[in-house]
Amino acid sequence: MSSSPPDRRPMGRPVAPLLQAAPLALVLLLFFVFPLLATAVVSLWNYTEYSLVPDVTSRNYVEMFEGCSDFSEGLCTTFGTYLSTLRLCAIVWAVTTLFGFGIAYFLAFHIRSDTVRMALFLVCTAPFLTSNVIRMISWLPLLGREGVVNQFLVGTGLVDQPQDWLLFSDFSVVLAFVHLYTLFVTVPVFNSMMRIDRRLLEAAQDAGASGWQTLRHVVIPLTKPGLVIGSIFVIVLVMGDFVTIGVMGGQQIASIGKVIQVQMSYLQFPAAAAQAVVLLGLVLLVIAVMTKLIDIRREL
Amino acid sequence: MDEDRRPLSFWLLGAFFLLFVVFLYGPTLTILVLSFQGPEGGLTFPLRGVSTHWYEMLWRGAGVIDIWASFRRSLRLGIVVMVLTTVISLLAGYAFRRRFPGQGLLFNLTIASLIVPSIVVSLGIALEFRLLDDAVKAFAEENGVEWLSEGYATAMGLFTSGLGAHLTWTLPFGLLIMFAVFNRFPNNLEEAARDLGASPWQVFQHVVLPLVAPSLVGVALFGFTLSWDEIARTSQAIGDANTLPLELQGLTSTVTTPEIYALGTVVTGVSVLVIALAFLGVSMARRRAAKRVLG
Repeated sequence: MSSSPPDRRPMGRPVAPLLQAAPLALVLLLFFVFPLLATAVVSLWNYTEYSLVPDVTSRNYVEMFEGCSDFSEGLCTTFGTYLSTLRLCAIVWAVTTLFGFGIAYFLAFHIRSDTVRMALFLVCTAPFLTSNVIRMISWLPLLGREGVVNQFLVGTGLVDQPQDWLLFSDFSVVLAFVHLYTLFVTVPVFNSMMRIDRRLLEAAQDAGASGWQTLRHVVIPLTKPGLVIGSIFVIVLVMGDFVTIGVMGGQQIASIGKVIQVQMSYLQFPAAAAQAVVLLGLVLLVIAVMTKLIDIRREL
Repeated sequence: MDEDRRPLSFWLLGAFFLLFVVFLYGPTLTILVLSFQGPEGGLTFPLRGVSTHWYEMLWRGAGVIDIWASFRRSLRLGIVVMVLTTVISLLAGYAFRRRFPGQGLLFNLTIASLIVPSIVVSLGIALEFRLLDDAVKAFAEENGVEWLSEGYATAMGLFTSGLGAHLTWTLPFGLLIMFAVFNRFPNNLEEAARDLGASPWQVFQHVVLPLVAPSLVGVALFGFTLSWDEIARTSQAIGDANTLPLELQGLTSTVTTPEIYALGTVVTGVSVLVIALAFLGVSMARRRAAKRVLG
């Protein structure tokens, strides 16, 4: 650590920082880099019912896209799963972005006291530190057939009979995602908004811009980095998800993450690895496109 | 600016904000209320009596697989993850204030570890350990190491693959917090200490550490709570002994009594307790830091 002899040398010799960064590098190497390499390698392996066969085969990728070139029968399973996952991504992204932006805007521009702002910010972010599964379970007594929402709807005569689409449906999955992930947009957008020089807003106002024009031409462009970071979080979290979709979809809705999980449970490791490689490729593509828009490191 | 007249957007967004907070906390409060039902209670309203019946059931472990074993496992793992996250993030954050070879690569890897889908990381760790297991077994058989070929099952476990999986999730948050801290750090204090003849270790011990201590409490808080609630990265990489969130996920489809609400409330209670302790810790650390600077 810092007490080791190298640190006593004059500044500029990089031995101490190297030692200090070593534990982080080691953890990432062992539990992130190697696992990703293992995934890439195993995705090319063959397998039998009970063992892995080191080999170089395109079998897993071929099987994954089997029948995908023939559109006369409709989409193949893989394309169908990807499409429905991407659709879910798009819906969740749109809602969380809208909600997250609105909340961040309220906190950043409408709250005048720093203390109140900080307190409300914590109110919005604290649930992040509690369990996602429990937050999902919490919806069960509200959305079920006998749940609070149905009791209310039937009681007020809005509907004749309890609605089934509230739980274990696309709706409940989107609801849970919005519940869990809006703060991933709120936090970076809030961070960007707090850096906006307030004099710019006054200048826009003085120049005769309406509220909407200020929002469109000043606030949103300056908030772009936060929006991009938030979008990356939400898109990646939803694309790889299998827990929320599983619990809130009643284990009935297909997703890429779910496919990987099922293949793992059948011990089809190479097939799961191939799925993971394709998923990772898609995610990286999305991130590459989005980060073209900003410099992440400058935002910290 | 006119201080008294609020624009319409204030009221609209304010109302939206309020609704959102209700949306955020309402469900959790619902299961808190429902967990205190009488023995006749069901999964939803109306409330049937008020009692601690379901907590007693939970305490006895009735109706639920050995939930307290997984509770203790998660607690132990959370504490280890917390300590390692804090120490490793502090060291790395300190390192990043100076230039060193591979700096950019390490930063990008850390960010990548945060945004690569959890199922991919989890699967990767599972594969890595499987390959390791196969290699060890093959080695043991080839060389006739009997104790190894007979006694060895897997290297996967709570404090090997499980711990690693959690660290890939907590360390990026820890490092980002340290970045935010050191970006706003008063470097002139360190220079002053150095000018007065302090060694690097003394600068660290007497200047840097007291100043960053409140933030370290924040890192520790993230380390524990993220580990305590982690599920996606743990799922494939834990081996046989499940953590509490994994057991909870399984229970969602099997338990049909308010006992699951009681369990959920207890788990959330632990998170709330840790958050409260962290706030206490931060304010104490701040006060001590202020005293040092002023006194």
